[in-house]
Amino acid sequence: MRRVYLDHIAATPLDPDVLKAMLPYLGEKYGNPQSLHSIGQESLEAVEEARSEVAGLVGADQSEVFFTSSGSEANNFAVKGMSLARREKGNHIVLTAIEHQSVLHSAKSLEKFGFSSTLVSVDKQGMIDPEDVRKAIKKGTVLVSVMLANSEVGTVEPVAEVVKVCRSLGIPVHTDAVAAVGNIPVDVGDLGVDALSLAADQFYGPKGSAALFLKKGTRILPFIDGGIQEGGRRAGTENVAGIVGLGKAAEIAAAKLSGRMEKMRPLRDKLIDFLPRRVEHVVLTGHREKRLPHHASFCFEFIEGEAMLLNLDMKGIAASSGSACTSRALKASHVLLAMGIDHALAQGSLVFGLIEPTTGEDIDYLLDVFPPIIERLRKMSPLYTKFLEESKR
Amino acid sequence: MIYSDKVMDHFQNPRNVGVIKDADGVGQVGNPVCGDMMTFYIKVKDYRLADIKFQTFGCGAAIAVSSMVSEMAMGKTLEEAMKITNSTVAEELGGLPKNKLHCSNLGADALHSAIKDYKKKQAAARGETVAEAPAEGKCYCPYCEGPIEGIEEVCGHCQVELEECPHCGNFTKKGEEKCVSCGAELEHH
Repeated sequence: MRRVYLDHIAATPLDPDVLKAMLPYLGEKYGNPQSLHSIGQESLEAVEEARSEVAGLVGADQSEVFFTSSGSEANNFAVKGMSLARREKGNHIVLTAIEHQSVLHSAKSLEKFGFSSTLVSVDKQGMIDPEDVRKAIKKGTVLVSVMLANSEVGTVEPVAEVVKVCRSLGIPVHTDAVAAVGNIPVDVGDLGVDALSLAADQFYGPKGSAALFLKKGTRILPFIDGGIQEGGRRAGTENVAGIVGLGKAAEIAAAKLSGRMEKMRPLRDKLIDFLPRRVEHVVLTGHREKRLPHHASFCFEFIEGEAMLLNLDMKGIAASSGSACTSRALKASHVLLAMGIDHALAQGSLVFGLIEPTTGEDIDYLLDVFPPIIERLRKMSPLYTKFLEESKR
Repeated sequence: MIYSDKVMDHFQNPRNVGVIKDADGVGQVGNPVCGDMMTFYIKVKDYRLADIKFQTFGCGAAIAVSSMVSEMAMGKTLEEAMKITNSTVAEELGGLPKNKLHCSNLGADALHSAIKDYKKKQAAARGETVAEAPAEGKCYCPYCEGPIEGIEEVCGHCQVELEECPHCGNFTKKGEEKCVSCGAELEHH
C-alpha cells in the first residue's frame, strides 16, 4: 500500500544526514561536555557548534541560545521564567487565545503565584490584531507571548507588529515559533522579540531536542537548578546527540529553506484548491495567504475527525485532527473554537502537514481516496440526513 | 491501533446503517459538542425488534458501538433489548479504550430511547398519556456515567465536583490526585 505521511505537525521524519551526525554521540563519542578531558571536550565542541548553527538559523548570537528538551519546555521556560523574574514589576501576562497548551497552561500555573492573564482573541482566520494586544496590556503587564505560526490552522501571526506595540511600552515579548522555525524564514532581529521557542522535530531533526532564544540581557528565572550547563539557567547533563541533531537540522534548514518552501507551497495550494472541488461542505481553516507553506487544514461538515483519520490510515495516509474524540477529551480544539467555528464543525477538523518528500502524486492519491471516505461517513451521519431533509424543504 | 479487531470490523463494515422512513420508534442521543450523536430507528413486530437501522456522527468507537448494538438487539423482544447495557456492548466488542467507554453508553441509550418512543406512540394510539422522559444525555460523567454537557463543574447526577485535567482535558473528581483518564498528577491549591 502507498504510504503518505502528512502529519508534519506531529513530527517530521529525521533527515538521514541528521541521523548520521547524531550517531557518533550515541556511540564512541560519549563524553560529558562538562568534563575537562579530551573525550569530554569533544562533546562540548559538538554542543557549541550546534549552538552556533541554531543561532545562525534564527539570526541570533550563539550566547543567546539555550537548549531544552522540547518546544513545550522552551515555552514553559520563557513564560514562567520571564514572568517570575519580573515579578516586582507586576503580575499580569498577555497571551493569545490560540497559543499552544504549553503556553496557556504555564500561564495557568502562574495563577498560583498571584499572576493573572488576558487572552487576546483572534478573527475567523485565526489572525490576531496587534491593536488588541495593546488594549490587553495594563499596568503590571510583565510579558506578552504571541505565537509566530499556529500548528492547527497554519496562520502566521504579525509578531513584528506586536513587538512594536510592546517595545514602546517596555514589555518583553516571547514568541512560540515551534511550528515556524525551519519552515519559514525566522529572524529574531527582524521580529524584535526577546525570547523565541523552536523545536528540532518540526524541521527534520530529532524529538526531545529544542531551544529557547533569549535576547542578551533578558531576565529569566533558571528553569532547572543545578550545575552550570546552559549558563546555569537550565542545568542537567546535555542531551548531546539530540543537540547535535538539532544543530545539523538547523544547518540543513538554513541551506534548504527557500527550496523547501518553493517545493511545498504549490503542493499545498493544489490540496487547498482541489479538495473543495472534489467534496462539498468543506471549509479551509486559517488564513489563505498568510499561512505555513506546508500546511493545509480543513473542517468537513457533518462528520467527525477520528473516523476520517482511521479511514485515511487504512489507505496509508497519516494526518491529524482537532476533534474532541482524537484529543481524548470532551472538548474540541480551543484554537478552532477561538476562531468562532462551532463545536459540530470543529469535530470535523483535519490537518495535513506536508513534508519535504511529499510529491504531487501523493496529493493526487489523497484527492482520489479521500472523497469516497467522506461520502461514506456522511451517509452514516444523522446530521447530514437532517441537512438533506432541510434543504429539500 | 487503539481499537480491537472487532471494533475495527464494525467500524469498517457497520451493520444496519440507514434510516427507516416509517419507523415505529426513533431515538436520538448525544450532540456534536461532545463529539458523538446517534439516531436509532426500529420496526416492531409481535413485540420483537423486526428491523433496526442507525445513523451515527462520531468517532470509530461510536460507529462500532452503534453497529454492535443494532446487531445484538436484532430479533430480540423489547424486554431483552432493554437489558442491553453499555458494559455488555463494550464486552461484545472486545473492550474499548477507557476514554471511549462513554460511546458505549450512547449506543445502548439510543436503542432504549427508540424503544421508549415506540411504547409512547403505542400508548398514545390507545389514548393514554405517558410521562415525558427526561431529555437524553450528551457526554458522560466518569463516575456515575450519567449524561453531562461536558462543560459543567458538578455532575448533575451524582453531584461529583468535576475538574478538567490540564493534561488531557478529560474530567476527574475534584480533589483526586491523578486524572482518571490519562493518569497525570493533578495539582491542588
